[in-house]
Amino acid sequence: MASEEQVKNSAFDTEAANCLVKELRATVITGKTKSYEWRVSQLKSLLKMIEERDKQICDALFSDLSKPEMEAFIHEIALVKNSCKVSLKKLKEWMKPEKVKTTLGTFPSSAEIVPEPLGVVLVISAWNYPFLLSVDPVIGAIAAGNAVVLKPSEIAPAMSSLLKKLLEEYLDDSAVKVVEGGVSETSALLEQKWDKIFYTGNGRVGRVVMAAAAKNLTPVVLELGGKSPVVVDSNVDLTVTARRIIGGKWACNNGQACVAPDYIITTKQFAPLLIDSIKHELLKFYGEDPLNSPDISRVVNSDHFARLSKLLDDDKVSGKIVHGGQTDKSSLKIAPTIVLDVPEDSLIMNEEIFGPLLLVVTVEKIEDGIDFINSRSKPLAAYIFTNKKELKEEFVSKISSGAIVVNDISLHLMVDTLPFGGVGESGTGAYHGKFSFDAFTHKKAVLHRSFLGDAPARYPPYTAGKLRLLKALLDGSILGIIRALFGWS
Amino acid sequence: MQSHLESDLKELRETFRSGKTKESSWRISQLQGLLHILEDRENDISMALKQDLGKHHVEAYRDEIGTVVKSINYALENLKQWMAAKSAKLPLAAFPSRGELVPEPLGVVLVISSWNFPIGLSLEPMIGALAAGNVVILKPSELAPACSSILAETIRDYLDYTAVKVIEGGSDIGERLLQHQFDKIFFTGSVRVGRAVMSAAAQHLTPVTLELGGKCPAVVDSFSSSWDAKIATKRIAWGKFGACAGQACIGVDYILIEKKNVSNLVELLKRYIKQFFGDDPNGSHSMSKIINKKQFSRLKSLLNEPMVKSSIVYGGLLDEEGLFIGPTILVDPPLDAAIMTEEIFGPLLPIITLKRIEESIDFIRERPKPLALYAFTKDQNLHKRLVSETSSGSIMFNDVILQYAVDTLPFGGVGGSGFGRYHGKYSFDNFSHEKVVVTRSFFIDIWFRYPPWDDKKLQLLKSGFRYDYLSVVLIALGLKSKG
Repeated sequence: MASEEQVKNSAFDTEAANCLVKELRATVITGKTKSYEWRVSQLKSLLKMIEERDKQICDALFSDLSKPEMEAFIHEIALVKNSCKVSLKKLKEWMKPEKVKTTLGTFPSSAEIVPEPLGVVLVISAWNYPFLLSVDPVIGAIAAGNAVVLKPSEIAPAMSSLLKKLLEEYLDDSAVKVVEGGVSETSALLEQKWDKIFYTGNGRVGRVVMAAAAKNLTPVVLELGGKSPVVVDSNVDLTVTARRIIGGKWACNNGQACVAPDYIITTKQFAPLLIDSIKHELLKFYGEDPLNSPDISRVVNSDHFARLSKLLDDDKVSGKIVHGGQTDKSSLKIAPTIVLDVPEDSLIMNEEIFGPLLLVVTVEKIEDGIDFINSRSKPLAAYIFTNKKELKEEFVSKISSGAIVVNDISLHLMVDTLPFGGVGESGTGAYHGKFSFDAFTHKKAVLHRSFLGDAPARYPPYTAGKLRLLKALLDGSILGIIRALFGWS
Repeated sequence: MQSHLESDLKELRETFRSGKTKESSWRISQLQGLLHILEDRENDISMALKQDLGKHHVEAYRDEIGTVVKSINYALENLKQWMAAKSAKLPLAAFPSRGELVPEPLGVVLVISSWNFPIGLSLEPMIGALAAGNVVILKPSELAPACSSILAETIRDYLDYTAVKVIEGGSDIGERLLQHQFDKIFFTGSVRVGRAVMSAAAQHLTPVTLELGGKCPAVVDSFSSSWDAKIATKRIAWGKFGACAGQACIGVDYILIEKKNVSNLVELLKRYIKQFFGDDPNGSHSMSKIINKKQFSRLKSLLNEPMVKSSIVYGGLLDEEGLFIGPTILVDPPLDAAIMTEEIFGPLLPIITLKRIEESIDFIRERPKPLALYAFTKDQNLHKRLVSETSSGSIMFNDVILQYAVDTLPFGGVGGSGFGRYHGKYSFDNFSHEKVVVTRSFFIDIWFRYPPWDDKKLQLLKSGFRYDYLSVVLIALGLKSKG
């Protein structure tokens, strides 16, 4: 078995992954990670880590994404801190067994549901919120008493190496490990047998992860993405709407967020007013030269820059740009861009944009927007801006998505009492708050019976009388049971 | 046949899109339809179970018909509550806004059931799927053909055929089905097929529930009272031989007991076997038969391994033509023999002896997590240790199998025994998506959430995130500079 030094220096292959998992299983068997004290110590350490190293975290985010300090704080650091605090506050309550009622059929008995850790879990995170999407699931895994391996995204290399350094320094490295690398390291990890895999990323890799998990019957949480639509009705407060859309799009990692607005649906008449309002607010937010504004993230790397440029360069699309469109390859920046009514078969209409391009799709009647959305895969989030109660209710009842937010963007992921996850192509499973704890927990059913109260009806040899009694027992009706016992039914 | 499948799926999708199945009236009508099937056709169903598995009609009622009736009634009673949106508490910082969790159907779901409880394991998941407002395809096991047939006939006659379909057939139709996209797949069966189902589902990112099996141990402690010892043994004997002749995912697979108690255990087991099945279990018709030749041969070969055969202390009756195996007890077969490494799924009961009963904990932990763990003990310490030091789908003390009938307990596995759960509300949840709905007003827009960024906004946000509202107010008013 390779020593730790050897593992660090050589390529991380299947054998190394195997050793890693073996080591973590040995830790889990000791029962250490199950104890309340251990979980609390790790969570407290994480909190300390964030408080002591917040500048380093911000610097890494700036290096990987040119993320403004404010965004780094609001969207990553503050949320993770909150997650730690909520877990610390509620952990005892979450760990408590839940008593449940039993029926006459099993009388006398008592039952409860006992939460227990799954064991050794794998968290694979994404590059766009590389701190949040790595540490938040890890918090859930630890709170639930598991040993965990984190595989951060190699597309955010500064954060990946910072996470390796910090987690190893602050946490119990016999139970929490970070493996850096790309496709081959991830593949080596996916060949192992895990008790749960938590993946954040895109649908293509999500399929690979689930297929690998299938070999070992490993349950998965897949936090994926999709094209999040925004339906904008005409009777809304235009300024607030425009601000909130911008706030959820360009002020969120420059549109590189799984719940960022991908396209807007509005009526033909209202579109010009809405677009003007957005242009107006964009000027206020980012000034005359948004391409060089320090308040906006860049596109993460040249691959994504090329991908986004290609979406814009498409003949059918380039003529439909109504705002922005400027790009600067050297600084990997693309200005906030709005595109109006592109053909339905263009690439930009069919792939998740994940960048600073916002589509506007116009319809005759605003209600047509609902059918438009339903003809596509279920998104992670769907938004509607309206004051009309009926439209809102129709939207909520007809649109299936991970979440629906009315009159705002992305708010739901900041609230730890709401489960965050997708449905259909946008994913399976959820987390945040107690949902994170639950995602990494097995809820074991425990039923206690006494040696008294044995119903002869359940045993062979079988008679008609026993059948009557069984029917009454399963029915749960006392009268029926008494009658059956006395042979009256 | 191929175009049939595609047109069936198309019809189901259209039905779902129409929104009909979302209505509570529709869901109630389907659940009542299931109830009518079980009431009107009880005899036909019993006969199908007799034909496929030699099940006595009381056993059939107890395990497959009665429990499903109970579950349907439970669903009908609670449906309104389950369908209602739940409101979620939001922090003041999100004021003014409202949060709700709205359960909605997933869409087109596929239920694949197994052959050992062919009626129960088909209908129980369907209750959840229909209560949650989905359209359903049921693919019953072809290894229980009479049951598959009666299910197809009754479901077609009693339920909404534009929304609920039964597709009969073997692995070839199963494979064809799995090539299509579903919104959920619920599978009950073996580990081998479970892997194939999940792999196929991965291509479409279809969420799955896998109800698999494993070797469910029964830990038997020493008893000072002979009454307790008798009851424990009687229940184990029932849990092994009286539930589909041991072909049950939560049946007792093997026993763990201290060496000094073995002979008493074996004597009691023999006594109860006789009490249940008489001198001729085969002729008693109170014990199910083995499902088919393949399973029969498999069980026969488990017994034929050299050291295993010599460990048989009772039974060993094999009637290949009648597909019947009599209750068989073994003491200490080798731990590396197939009978101790594979799920038995038959009426062969190995007893493994230990020096001290506490050794059972390590024994269990060294093996894959089972679907159920049983322990007969009055020792509080052993009780506590078993709950906290072992993991299984469920754990039951002083009885067996009954956890299946408790609507308030989640039923499902962990590790090698599967994942996902159902029964009661868990069935409804299994086939639902809990959609988050947050509503904000346009009133009160917090200006410091937006760029351009400056230090004041940062301080305000820091206070806001700590829910330190006083600081927020002071900073906003310029009376404080750091949050």
